[in-house]
Amino acid sequence: MSDIAERVKKIVVEHLGVEEAKVQENASFVDDLGADSLDTVELVMAFEEEFGVEIPDDAAEKILTVKDAIDFIKANS
Amino acid sequence: MRRVVVTGLGMVSPLGTGVETSWNRLVAAESGLRRIDRFDVSDLPAKVAGLVPGEGEPGGFKPTDFIDAKELRRNDHFIVLAMAAAAEAIADSGIPLATDEQKNRSGVLIGSGIGGLNAIADAALVLEKQGPRRISPFFIPSALINLAGGQVSIKYGLRGPNHSVVTACSTGAHAIGDASRLIRYGDADVMVAGGTEAAVGRLGLAGFAAARALSTGYNDTPEKASRPWDKGRDGFVMAEGAGVLVLEEYEHAKARGAKIYAEIKGYGLSGDAYHVTAPSPDGDGGFRSMTAALRSAGLTPADIDYVNAHGTSTPLGDELELGAVKRLFGDAMKNVSMSSTKSAVGHLLGAAGTVEAIFSILAIRHGIAPPTLNLENPEEAAEGVDLVPLKAKERRIRNALSNSFGFGGTNASLIVGVPD
Repeated sequence: MSDIAERVKKIVVEHLGVEEAKVQENASFVDDLGADSLDTVELVMAFEEEFGVEIPDDAAEKILTVKDAIDFIKANS
Repeated sequence: MRRVVVTGLGMVSPLGTGVETSWNRLVAAESGLRRIDRFDVSDLPAKVAGLVPGEGEPGGFKPTDFIDAKELRRNDHFIVLAMAAAAEAIADSGIPLATDEQKNRSGVLIGSGIGGLNAIADAALVLEKQGPRRISPFFIPSALINLAGGQVSIKYGLRGPNHSVVTACSTGAHAIGDASRLIRYGDADVMVAGGTEAAVGRLGLAGFAAARALSTGYNDTPEKASRPWDKGRDGFVMAEGAGVLVLEEYEHAKARGAKIYAEIKGYGLSGDAYHVTAPSPDGDGGFRSMTAALRSAGLTPADIDYVNAHGTSTPLGDELELGAVKRLFGDAMKNVSMSSTKSAVGHLLGAAGTVEAIFSILAIRHGIAPPTLNLENPEEAAEGVDLVPLKAKERRIRNALSNSFGFGGTNASLIVGVPD
């Protein structure tokens, strides 16, 4: 299961160009990691591709932190 | 009327990254044309292009010197090239962009002939194979032509006019001319203006080849493929790159002690209203755009020492342009040197007009007319005309005229010169 968390963090580091140390589980994509509206769309697409899940728009809107993403993927993959 | 001068130059060309590298190689009669090796050309009739050298080659282009790795993935290459040329031009000019007033009085006008053609081609394949949910949110902003200028404005805080041009192969000249008018009319004191293109790809090559516009007879001798006014010419050679100028109101530039390269003295525009790809057979469109440029500059042909021709190496276009220039210049033709730098860099499409304006400015500054490479057997109509064959020529150049003609019958002529 920690594997999912590591993979999520790796995607966040790559797509947002932020330091790994800043990608804590409680970090908010927008407020803490500098993501804008397009960044968050791209992040969700990257999660879908990496984990082979579909994240519907209404679910994507609720994925605001690193932990939100990990929890969604754990519950749906 | 407010006057407009050039205070910064930036370029990425098939001759290398940077204005100085490109110019030095140009006057040394080197070629930026090569056999395409980035993608498969086995089924394409044209296999040669002017490609920006890669990392590790002389004058090699390293994208991450100009854009961070995250942004690099999100932008088509035409935007990346524009950001590199803009970075050089803005640093060269030393324009102050610290205060709100300075930012609000500084604008951007960068165009492209085609924009993110490769991004569009790639996205179309994703749509077809993987469906709409896999289209990146950055696809549209990476392909839109005005996003080259948009990205430059965001990086430097240029909050004045934010404009763009799309006029095929006249784009780079129209961008400079229109931006200079925005300064003349008081809409801005500084404009970052130019053109960019990165359409060399399978789709772009296939399209221009289908229009029978490209050279196909020199695939094994790429450096020979672009040969304006030579009897052996057989079409243009696609190329990529970007040129950007910093244009500035004359008193504004003088007041801050800026280095002034040249003045934008004249700008003329016309349309052929004839055919989508073929030039009007009487060459009248080019004639009228040159005439308009002279009129706006208040100059006569005798004041022009160098013409940087559109000269794409197509059988018809070169002949018609030469005829139009001869008709316009009359007796003054004997004192003019005219060359086509496309012989060395190929045809940069929407960037051509800006790159060639920069070459014209440097021709004035250094007193050197750059050469027309491969002009070994000039056509008969070229007799008695100095087309600067094969080697650069030292000569005094007070004013230079640069022509750009594009698909759709769109013509632009610029006159740059030493400020009086």
